[in-house]
Amino acid sequence: MEGTRKYKALACQIRAAAIEAIHAIGQGHIGGALSIADVLAVLYGGEMRFDPQNPAWPERDKLVCSKGHAGPAVYGTLALMGFFPYEELKTLNRPGTKLPSHCDRNKTPGVDMTTGSLGQGTSLAAGMALGDKLKGRSSRTFLIVGDGESNEGQVWEAFAFAAAKKLGNLVVLLDWNKRQLDGWTEDIYPMGDYVAKFQAFGFDTVKVDGNDVAALAAALERTRAGGDRPYAIVMDTVKGAGVPEVAEKAMNHSLPVSDEQYDRWTAQLRTEQKAWEDEI
Amino acid sequence: MKIVYDGTLDPRQCKAVLGELIPAMAAEDPELIYLDADLMNCIGTAKWAAANPDRAINCGIAEANMVGVACGLASAGFKPIVHTFGPFASRRCYDQIFLSGGYAKNDITVIGTDPGVTATMNGGTHMPFEDVALYRALPGATVIDVSDPTMLISVLRQCKDRKGVKYIRVGRKQYARIYADGSELPVGKAVVLRGGTDAVIFAAGIMVHEALQAASILEAEGVSAAVLDMFTIKPLDVGAVEAWAKKTGAVVVAENHNRFGGLYSAVSEVLAERCPTPAACVAVEDEFGEVGPQGYLQQRFGLTAEHVAEAVRNVLKRK
Repeated sequence: MEGTRKYKALACQIRAAAIEAIHAIGQGHIGGALSIADVLAVLYGGEMRFDPQNPAWPERDKLVCSKGHAGPAVYGTLALMGFFPYEELKTLNRPGTKLPSHCDRNKTPGVDMTTGSLGQGTSLAAGMALGDKLKGRSSRTFLIVGDGESNEGQVWEAFAFAAAKKLGNLVVLLDWNKRQLDGWTEDIYPMGDYVAKFQAFGFDTVKVDGNDVAALAAALERTRAGGDRPYAIVMDTVKGAGVPEVAEKAMNHSLPVSDEQYDRWTAQLRTEQKAWEDEI
Repeated sequence: MKIVYDGTLDPRQCKAVLGELIPAMAAEDPELIYLDADLMNCIGTAKWAAANPDRAINCGIAEANMVGVACGLASAGFKPIVHTFGPFASRRCYDQIFLSGGYAKNDITVIGTDPGVTATMNGGTHMPFEDVALYRALPGATVIDVSDPTMLISVLRQCKDRKGVKYIRVGRKQYARIYADGSELPVGKAVVLRGGTDAVIFAAGIMVHEALQAASILEAEGVSAAVLDMFTIKPLDVGAVEAWAKKTGAVVVAENHNRFGGLYSAVSEVLAERCPTPAACVAVEDEFGEVGPQGYLQQRFGLTAEHVAEAVRNVLKRK
């Protein structure tokens, strides 16, 4: 239980950090950043092996956030882990920043791969996992893919490849938040049953509540076994999770964040964080 | 580097050269990794690949994924060499080349076989006249149009360890022999194959042979035409272009590519900025390809020695 509370507290911090970054520039991809805060908390709070002092350590575990527009959540996490000063979050999308809207491995310490053109992170992650395997490293690669992003055909090429090459060191985390830029995925481009799809592609597949850190931690713990099948965790999430005003807005892909909202949302998240910390 | 051109064919087919070269380079460098999209049998690597599954990755008919995987392997410390036919090595996976490769700074070498009319019986669907234009537009890319088998060996070895995205276009069949075995052709440096005073022909790929033949035709007419092998289309040997344009005062560019975006565009950019000079091209006139033997296609698209000679005669009138 202590682990769960620690993750819950960290997820609150990650959400507050993402809002910090987006508020500083006034608007940003808030919905899809908030939906993955919980999995980032479990990954960086315990599951992944990394060294903020040596971001290029070859033996580290890698994260590819293929839905690159969720950068603010990744940056918030990396800042909290000590890859760069927290204050730098306020430079999001400013000229010359290390923190562009979409993840960039050449700009941000701790970002393992450049993403942004949707779908491309999947093949990159497969290549990274294959490379680690061929180099004899015990590293694992965690790949966050959006459900809207999975409209891209390249995603399914990469999944077929990962299974064909037996990449048991690859864990796909599908952020099934049910919304894409233009609205509900079911209205725009329904993709069917993700669990059945992953299973048909040969993945070891589970579906969990993707905003429940305990469920995520349990699902991720299973993937440590490796083996010769890649893993898929279909994360049933809410776009905008953790900030009810954002989650309740139907169109929440990119939103402005006012000073008043920033104060209120971050105060609420700090309160929740403290409550979880006090229970530890 | 020694020039041995006499108009005869090199006995080696380039597919056979690749089939020996890639395994040899892999044996020398443990970080080399080769990826193909179900075309290993087309360049003679399949047998070696089957015996070396950790060095040769068949990615199936999924070029976009193959390029992404290669870029991921580059980030893991490998030096990937990717092969497929030219159209699929360029336009089919361009966004992946551009972002996962160039923008993300994952260094990969891409071999696109059967450029332009060398696609022959595969026809217009497989006949890239635009691949150079696409790769030229990628910041920091290296773009090479191979003119003989010895050059192929030299440039592939250089590209393996070169930064950025490297694109090598080469036909799988025989080429005229231009360079002595073992010659080194430094990437980025044009080669003066033949001096001349009246005009200069900047050529690349299969058009180098045609340009040399054209120079002989012109010589018989009393016209002295220089021929330079501009195999590195990017970064272009700007100094050579400027020097030879100034020296001769008349320029013809010969390329197995659309006149837009390839070597003619690259040379024209230099002329416009540094030394405005009458210029013309022997290139594809903004058309799609079609099926047929290479000889027919070179006639059909105006890519023969006689077309080059005629272009020189015409440009001389504008001097």
